Amino acid sequence: MAFFIETMLGGLMTGMLYSLVALGFVLIFKASGVFNFAQGAMVLVAALAMARFSEWSNAALGGDSLFLANVIGIIGAGAVMFLVAWAVERFVLRKLVNQEGATLLMVTLGIAYVLEGLGQTFFGSEIYSIDVGMPKDPVIMFEGLFEGGVLINKEDFIAAALAAVLVAGLTVFFQKTAIGRALRAVADDHQAAQSVGIPLNKTWVIVWCVAGLVALVAGIIWGSKMGVQFSLVTVALRALPVVILGGLTSVPGAIVGGLIIGVGEKLSEVYLGPFVGGGIEIWFAYVMALIVLLFRPQGLFGEKIINRV
Amino acid sequence: MDMTDMNSAAATSPAGRRQGEVILDLQNISLRFGGVKALTDISFNIREHEVRAIIGPNGAGKSSMLNVINGVYHPQEGRIFFRGEERKKMEPHMAALQGIARTFQNIALFKGMSVLDNIMTGRNLKMKCNLFQQALWLGPALREEIAHREKVEEIVDFLEIQHIRKTPVGALPYGLQKRVDLGRALAMEPQILLLDEPMAGMNVEEKQDMCRFILDISDQFGTTIVLIEHDMGVVMDISDRVVVLDYGKKIGDGTPDEVRNNQDVINAYLGSGH
Repeated sequence: MAFFIETMLGGLMTGMLYSLVALGFVLIFKASGVFNFAQGAMVLVAALAMARFSEWSNAALGGDSLFLANVIGIIGAGAVMFLVAWAVERFVLRKLVNQEGATLLMVTLGIAYVLEGLGQTFFGSEIYSIDVGMPKDPVIMFEGLFEGGVLINKEDFIAAALAAVLVAGLTVFFQKTAIGRALRAVADDHQAAQSVGIPLNKTWVIVWCVAGLVALVAGIIWGSKMGVQFSLVTVALRALPVVILGGLTSVPGAIVGGLIIGVGEKLSEVYLGPFVGGGIEIWFAYVMALIVLLFRPQGLFGEKIINRV
Repeated sequence: MDMTDMNSAAATSPAGRRQGEVILDLQNISLRFGGVKALTDISFNIREHEVRAIIGPNGAGKSSMLNVINGVYHPQEGRIFFRGEERKKMEPHMAALQGIARTFQNIALFKGMSVLDNIMTGRNLKMKCNLFQQALWLGPALREEIAHREKVEEIVDFLEIQHIRKTPVGALPYGLQKRVDLGRALAMEPQILLLDEPMAGMNVEEKQDMCRFILDISDQFGTTIVLIEHDMGVVMDISDRVVVLDYGKKIGDGTPDEVRNNQDVINAYLGSGH
């Protein structure tokens, strides 16, 4: 039983990281109708910037204050993400108002490659570490309940709490504020949004900034757990089935979807793996996504697709 | 109409509505898309508080004209004066800043959002709280939200759509969507309200409702209304003055009666030979 719970918690943790990346997808899709393939690259760039800026400032400060170095790192990475958002709007989206979704999707593929390239040019392509002082030591809980207790990483708890705060904040921002409403309005109809005086350009910069911020949080958590390296971009591929499962337009969907897939792939690997020779973890998410597409194309929490004929 | 009305025609329209100063003056507007002439040398003005219709057969340039007024299209020639001041080239979202609201021929609502949220977007420009106040959901942002929500509820009452306040607009029938579209424009408390074929695709009953709302808006709020319409009958009943376009040219301008008796207009609508 304890082993089952440990496996599940491990899955929840991985799932939460998927969720954070998926959240970036959902935010941009909700607010601009663009399926942003570059979200993975944004996570990479954010993590790279964070790792390098804090490393450089740590060296400049003589290694005295890790906290200060991290603050500088976060500010630096935040500035980089703002720059990305601004550049994407200025040089890409502005030229493509009212274009088909497929066109915009292809453009974000291009953005992904540009970001990956530029990110590594500026920040280097080695493996870097992020140390934000997350406690690495595991704790054993529920000793009274199970023999041997359950082994849990403190780091995972903090990361989960961070993610929860982020999601709650974003939900309120989107549902309850005028800017959130403006963002949703732009996502629905560019022309109509302009007619009520919502400036598209500013709105897009805000959305991409928010998505960049989410990418930064995901990058920091992921990077501090496993190091910052190029393979972070493949995380985006893992987040794809998550958004399909949760629904492209739903913030809670991204979270629940990520958790379901994280837990599902771990449990199936451990308990079903031995019977089929293992390797379930690799394709589990995609098969889940496929099944969802068959029975509920809008995802578990997505807005129902209404087509008027 | 009796003689006393005729005498005061300068101040009041045939429909008995007060007409104010010229609020928007369009002079010699020409608009081309590549080699295609959408509008050729069109001049007319819009007076405060009037219901001004732009009519014409299909492809006459009505919607192009509306988009020129709205700042979406920039005419190659001609000048536009808004309250006596010449208007420079502007971005589409800036029309809203100047107090020009519009509805759309093919409804352009935010389909995933509720009726209330849709109409609330019309209040967007009137909200003053900044990004951080809103993001942190501070007191001022909250109070502002509530104040605007009250205004929106008034509009909901006015348009008689209380029963669908929380429904996502994508799920509403066409006639009601048109009404929400109108509500969103009204929420901006515009000086000029542009209506792009508000009656298109409606049944008789819906058309009557829409006419009633347009007249009520004019009477109660004194909003200047510019109306594009295909349906001649409707236009003649509710407008004070009518501009008639055909093939991008102005062929008539005047009161509904004048326009109705204009030979060019009759030819355009019924074909020459009548």
